[in-house]
Amino acid sequence: MSAPRTWRKPAAIANPVLRYGLFVVVFAYVYWAVASLPINWERVAQGLPRAVRIFSNAWPPEFARRSLMISGFTESIQMAIIATLLGVAISIPVAIMAARNISPMPVYSLGRAIIIIARSFHPVIVAIIFVKAVGFGALAGILTLTLYSLGFVGKLLAEAVEEIDQGQVEAIRASGAGFFKILVYAVFPQILPRQVGLSIYQLDSNLRASAVVGVVGAGGIGGTLMNAFRRFDYDFAFAILIVLIAIILVSEGVSGRLRRGLS
Amino acid sequence: MLKITDLNKRYGNGELVLRGLNLEIDGAGLTAIVGSSGAGKSTLLRCINRLIEPTSGSIVVNGVDITTLKGKPLRHARRSIGMIFQGFNLVDRLSVMENVLSGRLGYVNGLQALTRRFPQADVDRAFALLDRVGLQDYVNKRADTLSGGQRQRVGVVRALMQEPKILLADEPTASLDPKTSQQIMALTRELSDELALPVLVNIHNVHQARTFADRVLGMRYGVMMFDGSGAELTDDVLDDIYEGTAGRGDEEQGEADDGWRAEAASS
Repeated sequence: MSAPRTWRKPAAIANPVLRYGLFVVVFAYVYWAVASLPINWERVAQGLPRAVRIFSNAWPPEFARRSLMISGFTESIQMAIIATLLGVAISIPVAIMAARNISPMPVYSLGRAIIIIARSFHPVIVAIIFVKAVGFGALAGILTLTLYSLGFVGKLLAEAVEEIDQGQVEAIRASGAGFFKILVYAVFPQILPRQVGLSIYQLDSNLRASAVVGVVGAGGIGGTLMNAFRRFDYDFAFAILIVLIAIILVSEGVSGRLRRGLS
Repeated sequence: MLKITDLNKRYGNGELVLRGLNLEIDGAGLTAIVGSSGAGKSTLLRCINRLIEPTSGSIVVNGVDITTLKGKPLRHARRSIGMIFQGFNLVDRLSVMENVLSGRLGYVNGLQALTRRFPQADVDRAFALLDRVGLQDYVNKRADTLSGGQRQRVGVVRALMQEPKILLADEPTASLDPKTSQQIMALTRELSDELALPVLVNIHNVHQARTFADRVLGMRYGVMMFDGSGAELTDDVLDDIYEGTAGRGDEEQGEADDGWRAEAASS
């Protein structure tokens, strides 16, 4: 047994024909995809000076219209906070419904359906629908972000409920407690850290999304930004973007620190 | 007190885990059930408080057949059946006192439970019992900061808070070191005497069964095949109880254990 033996990591795909065949297929596809890209170099060439013009007009950023900016950001932040509170509040019962281990089948299906519907469209599309339904302004934004929060928090919270230690539920049930008391004593204590972490993350996420949904008319700083672009006030738009980045940086730092502090 | 007649249980379409089991317990005293893994001991205890549903048979606790109960009457019946668990099953993120008071959840209303405003008598009883088991300094500690022996004592106190007529203990010492295990068994024995409380204990440790039990039951393949005092539990009898289960035990343990876990999870 002293003879030297070689060892190589076994290939992920054992069959060599399949393995090299796959390489060929992937390379062929990439070549075809790149070759058929409709890149019009003439338009790129025209676009570049236009981009230079936009950026040179944007410099220096113009912070003079402060009141407009402050009211836009205030509205965005208010939208984000209200939508987070509403969305998280609604997501708790929905998550309970959508947890297979504590809900009977019909309720579970309903809970899952609500979450799937809330998650199936991007906030911008939802915002367009709500703007059509309730008109321009913050209300449409709040409804959009509430639905967005419900979908995200509801889904992850339902998964947290499904992962709880069933022994603790069993013990509380054995004391003669009914469904509500089991929720309060055995389920909520186990998902609480997750719940708080998700809420903080969602607030952070809603703050970013509130700027996006504003672009389609759902209130907040997004609307202000869009108007600045339409009026070719690139310097004002640039100022808004700088403040937006600063706010998102701060909120991400704060939420990250809070969530680390929790665990 | 407790009378089980012709109890059968099967999980799904599997084999019978309990096969026409009969058992009667009158009055106080500690009854130990020994038997290999998969003999159906955990299933039996969980049928008594209906954490799992028996397939057929009757279980009469304090004159009430609990196999037919639903909803509120079932929850009321559970109040008088205390249970302690192998894994303690304390709610980790709640304080010792909250865990102890959760033994009163069958008695208080939803608002009292939510706001933790339990009747003064319950709080008094909680303090008295925590003193009794030596945990008076841990009242506001979180349950997951306690050692194994301390946790199981909280588990015992929680069960006793229910003012149970009977106490079920499913391998209460299997997760503990030998010394702590001995202490918990001694405590259970003492409390059973002090409160004149009948206790039914599933136990793997045959020595402890002989030491602490008034009566020992031997269980195998879902039936009782021995019923006598600790002294009568001779090595020959033990051979009978555990005979031939070594090979089969592993297989059936998976089946029976997973069975009640899955069912408890889905109910």
